[in-house]
Amino acid sequence: MIDVKDLHKSYGKSEVLRGIDVSIHKGEVVVVIGPSGSGKSTFLRCLNLLEKPTNGDIYLDKQNITEKTINIDKVREKMGMVFQQFNLFPHKTVCQNICHAPMRVKGMRQQEAKELAVELLKKVGLLEKIDMYPSSLSGGQQQRIAIARALAMKPEVMLFDEPTSALDPEMVGEVLAVMKDLAKEGMTMVVVTHEMGFAKEVGDRILFIDQGKILEENSPKEFFEQPKHPRTIDFLSKVL
Amino acid sequence: MNFSFLGDYYQFFLTGAYITIILAVIAVILGSILGVGLTLLRRSSIYIIRLIGDIYVEFIRGTPLLAQIYIIYIGVPLLFAGYDIPDLAVGAIALSLNAAAYISETIRSGIEAVSRGQMEAARSLGMNQRQAMFDIILPQAFKNILPALGNQFIGSIKDSSIVSIIGVAELMYKTTIVRGNTALGLEPILVASLGYLVMTFTLSRILGIVERRLKTSDRR
Repeated sequence: MIDVKDLHKSYGKSEVLRGIDVSIHKGEVVVVIGPSGSGKSTFLRCLNLLEKPTNGDIYLDKQNITEKTINIDKVREKMGMVFQQFNLFPHKTVCQNICHAPMRVKGMRQQEAKELAVELLKKVGLLEKIDMYPSSLSGGQQQRIAIARALAMKPEVMLFDEPTSALDPEMVGEVLAVMKDLAKEGMTMVVVTHEMGFAKEVGDRILFIDQGKILEENSPKEFFEQPKHPRTIDFLSKVL
Repeated sequence: MNFSFLGDYYQFFLTGAYITIILAVIAVILGSILGVGLTLLRRSSIYIIRLIGDIYVEFIRGTPLLAQIYIIYIGVPLLFAGYDIPDLAVGAIALSLNAAAYISETIRSGIEAVSRGQMEAARSLGMNQRQAMFDIILPQAFKNILPALGNQFIGSIKDSSIVSIIGVAELMYKTTIVRGNTALGLEPILVASLGYLVMTFTLSRILGIVERRLKTSDRR
């Protein structure tokens, strides 16, 4: 579904991504882990072109989205993204946060969008917050709303950029639970995270990125039980 | 001190203050609209367009309002030869063009204060640059800059006194007439100053209330 070929990204002289090749298949949950500064977030942000790759190609459903002629807004409709800092729109209610893009971008009618919002809020267990403003919600609640907002565009794939890193520990669980449900429903997901438990339990495949390269790629079982690359072994010994 | 002229001349001050308010309101509304446009120019991806916006702002900020008013007073009739443009309109245009530059600077800082994540979130949902700007960024930016816009409004009320030199019959112009007619140097100016003070003070109070309202709407 997503094919990444020789992806490079540099900021000035510093090369953050140094040739990433990977394929993500439909319905798969790919978990990206690695030390901070390894380029894993940059990799994720390149997938929906929030960062412009310096070199290389990214194919979504066989379409090369790094080509200049591509309408990037159309591509992004198919890729939901959840951010570390939630990034809910503070001047809009929960309902407006969810309804805005479907109405504005897809021309969905208000009634229909509202029904969609209700359905999604039920799914993330926050229906009672529908008319609240984000500032009155906890971090975990905000992140669940952010997931609902991304789902409202009915994306084919969801990108998660350290979705639990900015949360208080007791709120991590509720967000991971929503993500687990999503995975069970067969959503294609790429998740950058430090939650090793989640990676083990939900991931279909683990990518270990360090210094801009995929050093190891394996099933969670193999990855955690028999890591091969010395960097992976070193990393796992520190985080587990 | 002799304020006995007030009985005969108070209407001069009132009509003058009325024109002053009209000038300031136009300057702020038109200036805000132009200011948004100017800000968008200055954030364009095309260098030349950015440059034009920057030059405009630097010119307005770097030259006296008095000079700008003369340039427009003499320049606009040359551009629209054959049309009779009232002095009030010329004055309003000059003040608006001036306010636009300052408002644009204010909006720019307001936009920069909105976190980058807001734009990224909007774009990641498939909104294009324009939709993200108008639906997500600008509403938040405006809330940020409301106090500064209020100061601009107050500034425009005071600045409007300068257009008296091109014969716009606002408060300061009327005051000059009263001074001439009564041969009093100081007293009419004191009355006019009090008039400006009443206008600006009232405005800053109203703005304070509006600000508090907007703040409470954040938390419900």
